[in-house]
Amino acid sequence: MKVDISKLLQKKKKQILEQWMNNQLADESLREDLMSNDELRIQSEELLNALVTSVNNRNIDDAQSPDFDTTIEILSGISISRARQGYSPKETGIYVFSLKDAILQTLQEEIKTDPVTLYTVSFKVGKLIDSFGVTTFETFIKGREEVILRQTDEIAEISTPVIRVWDGILALPIIGTLDSARTQVVMENLLQQIVDSGSSIAILDISGVPAVDSLVAQHLIKTVSATRLMGAECIISGIRPEIAQTVVHLGIDLSNIVTKASLASALRYAFTMLQLEVRKTAKEKNSL
Amino acid sequence: MDRIPILRMGNFLLVTIQVDLYDRLALNLESDLVQMVSKTGARGVLIDISALSIVDSFMGRIIGNIGSMSKIMDAETVVVGMQPAVAITLIELGLELKGVSTALNVEKGMELLRSKIGSFEDFEEEEHDDHRPE
Repeated sequence: MKVDISKLLQKKKKQILEQWMNNQLADESLREDLMSNDELRIQSEELLNALVTSVNNRNIDDAQSPDFDTTIEILSGISISRARQGYSPKETGIYVFSLKDAILQTLQEEIKTDPVTLYTVSFKVGKLIDSFGVTTFETFIKGREEVILRQTDEIAEISTPVIRVWDGILALPIIGTLDSARTQVVMENLLQQIVDSGSSIAILDISGVPAVDSLVAQHLIKTVSATRLMGAECIISGIRPEIAQTVVHLGIDLSNIVTKASLASALRYAFTMLQLEVRKTAKEKNSL
Repeated sequence: MDRIPILRMGNFLLVTIQVDLYDRLALNLESDLVQMVSKTGARGVLIDISALSIVDSFMGRIIGNIGSMSKIMDAETVVVGMQPAVAITLIELGLELKGVSTALNVEKGMELLRSKIGSFEDFEEEEHDDHRPE
């Protein structure tokens, strides 16, 4: 006996959906806090519709078939939106696999008389939905990765503030490890700020940089040279004793660069260059 | 043939590059500028590249060359208004323009030139040509 899986599923769609919903609602991992039952129903119905319309006897063996593109698209959408809503991958997995249970239950009722056909069809359906389940995992992880990437970008963005400490003096405290990509961002931000504010001195404070290796030093030298090309002076400040040691041990030549131990001394040097003076007033208050 | 105008202002020469330089134009500029330095006896050269958005290694070298040539002929060169992208490109290309002084804008460039040369000899010419807001 040969069963037309497509027709069978079409006919029993309502029943499968009910079964599926009941299964889901009965499951203790149901997350009513994240999604209302109505929403869940709409989502499930959409997925089931897509699956039922695209599946037939020919493509049931091949989950990669282009017929399933819409289904996979809907699955990916569900998976990504669930990732954002805070579902765990297990919950999303269970959601997809519970569809298999619902379909198999319906099939069992329909093809009671013929165990061989029942087995073949069940096996195929099981395989198809398993591969869908794996797809959801893949998109789930992809969704999470996008979140991570966005956060990385945000961190890179917020970690390179350019501060205008005085008229004509910019300070740029660098916190965290300097790599090529980050140096590029730092350099671009700094140069753009120099142009925008017309500053002639930039102080690069590296007291927050945990370690300086030859690559980081190379990046620093590049930044200083680029600032110089723009017509501004760049001072490196916040050089800790350990960093001074490594720099000398590595044989890096920083003699062409003005280096200061602290931001304060760099600022004092900058004031001198701009012919500014800081002194106490008669009332013993600091002012300029 | 296209040429970049070289303006004389007192004993300074002003060059503003308003178009994107191509190789031929840059070479012409180099030779014209050296000629002008020798003809006018200028003491300082100010090159404004604020409109220059694309630069390659050749252009970088030409700018460096102009600086060194003028220096030999006893004229200081100041390059002003370099765009951030241009500066980054030159650094990535390994061209640091060692012999050339730089300034942020024309005003600061003129200040720098003056402080480098010290006295300002030809004052009369300056009054005619100069439009600086000082």
